[in-house]
Amino acid sequence: MQLNDEYQALREAVREFAVESVAPVIGDFYERHAFPYDLIRQMGKMGLFGLPFPTEFDGEGGDYFALCLALEELARVDSSVAITLEAAVSLGAMPIHRFGTEEQKERWLPALCKGEKLAAFGLTEPGFGSDAGGTATRAVLDGDQWVINGSKAFITNSGTDITCLVTVTAVTGTNPDGSKELSTIIVPSGTPGFTVLPGYSKVGWCASDTHELAFDDVRVPVGNLLGERGRGFAQFLRILDEGRIAIAALSVGLAQGCVDESIRYARERRAFGRSIGDFQAIQFKISEMEARAHVARLAYYDAAEKMLAGRPFKKEAAIAKLTASNAAMDNARDATQIHGGYGFMNEFPVGRFYRDAKILEIGEGTSEIQKLVIARELDL
Amino acid sequence: MKIVVLVKQVPDSGAERSLRADDNTVDRATANNVINEMDEYAIEEALRLKEAHGGEVVILTMGPDKATDSIRKALSMGPDAAVHVVDDALHGSCAIATSKVLAAALAQQNADLIIAGAESTDGRVQVLPHMLAERLGIAALTGARKLTVDGSTLTVERQTDEGYEVVTASTPAVVSVWDTINDPRYPSFKGIMAAKKKPVQTLSLADLGVAASEVGLDGATSAVLEHGKRPPRTGGNTVEDSGDGGVKLVEFLATEKFV
Repeated sequence: MQLNDEYQALREAVREFAVESVAPVIGDFYERHAFPYDLIRQMGKMGLFGLPFPTEFDGEGGDYFALCLALEELARVDSSVAITLEAAVSLGAMPIHRFGTEEQKERWLPALCKGEKLAAFGLTEPGFGSDAGGTATRAVLDGDQWVINGSKAFITNSGTDITCLVTVTAVTGTNPDGSKELSTIIVPSGTPGFTVLPGYSKVGWCASDTHELAFDDVRVPVGNLLGERGRGFAQFLRILDEGRIAIAALSVGLAQGCVDESIRYARERRAFGRSIGDFQAIQFKISEMEARAHVARLAYYDAAEKMLAGRPFKKEAAIAKLTASNAAMDNARDATQIHGGYGFMNEFPVGRFYRDAKILEIGEGTSEIQKLVIARELDL
Repeated sequence: MKIVVLVKQVPDSGAERSLRADDNTVDRATANNVINEMDEYAIEEALRLKEAHGGEVVILTMGPDKATDSIRKALSMGPDAAVHVVDDALHGSCAIATSKVLAAALAQQNADLIIAGAESTDGRVQVLPHMLAERLGIAALTGARKLTVDGSTLTVERQTDEGYEVVTASTPAVVSVWDTINDPRYPSFKGIMAAKKKPVQTLSLADLGVAASEVGLDGATSAVLEHGKRPPRTGGNTVEDSGDGGVKLVEFLATEKFV
């Protein structure tokens, strides 16, 4: 598949940034579980946070596929900065772009597009993940204010120094059929009663920012409702469908990074008088890894193309996410094996890849949920 | 302020590079060709001056057709336009001939400031900025690690082995920069899209009034007669320490002029 010149140039620019600016420093941030503000600032200057947004809001006037290419090239070197970008754009800013009023867009999007501020998306709660009907956070209208109570779990970008808001899904009533009425509400950082709990100690994505959030009688203006009241469920399904393509791209990046590192190591490392890359046992492993990354890439290209063409893409997005996260996990395991003892060391990139891969089978819809989505699309 | 930045396309210095078997010139056909790294610092410096003082930044490149890729990439960083001097007769030009061609192109530009990288990673002769200044009759401030502009006065911190010298001159002038001067920006997607629409003027030798006989391999003042592969690395010297190891090490360093 031939990318056009602009996509190719973007891909090269992000690749250069990842190799020259991210790779040398990210291991240290990862070890310290620290957020790499300077890298995020540079990514902002490159316009990565504004890729799929229109120029009238200081976006780059690109599209979702451009974002996916950037995510792939970043994750090829490091997944923490990639997930920070993915969550900021497809979960943070996208709901405002897609469902916000002109006023909301004008207020929030320019700083988000420039990466000067980050927005987070609060869907998952301590008591529910895949079963979105389990939402327990409630928002009650009191005069011209929403009063929000509840908590959210595993929320990316919610506690950085530059986080400006979190959009929260909350139960705002009961539908005629008795199900919960879900709506999405913007809660600006610093609103009284909104507490960001200390960052999690994570297995992977250690240089990204993830917190549990508590809402205790948090009052925001009625105008902070994002989109229509009662449309929360439909809104986040759309956001998650798109997000799956982005996570697939990120997974392909990790899978390809495993190939890159394995080729490099297989050429250098010697055993029994020759490079280990001369042994078919290693060659075949790397061939399979390359094949997995390649197939997964085609899957996300296809899903993105359908989405941008305005055609149904739910099944393709689920297939891409399922295939790519499998590829990432399998490649991380194989790359670590090729590296032997060094693969078990945090200072080698594959050590990070191994730790970062597992979450890809869980976040933004588990692999099981992807299979459910595919089965439903097959009318099973 | 109008700033012209000299940009050269070179073979990627991070990869294996070679000379052609037929005429001993740099093999550009098989190489991965990129913007000369130091030139990215020159572009960045020009863009920062434009952002601070206003004006226009124009890229000037002499090179074959495929140098267009590097010109587009340079433009995606933010310059306004480019001039590409391209002519088959230029193949194999020496530094003196190159300076003649670039000076002719610069004469058409009326630039207040010309910024170049201090050296290219293929030729590495570092003489072009001086030659251009000489031909144009303007000042050369070379090897800058810092550049400030105040009206028509340029002040440069000129990097030397011992430290730095502060040198000033009036515009117009040629400034060459080292990679200590700034951190070049990466192109943004907006910049990449905009670069497609920026004007690139193509000039031939005839357009510049330079005769083909003055340039190229025939017009070159120096020639590479033969070339070969670098000899394989040898074992080096091993210093055995029998009480005088330190002295021997210092003696070695002294012969290599490190101490």
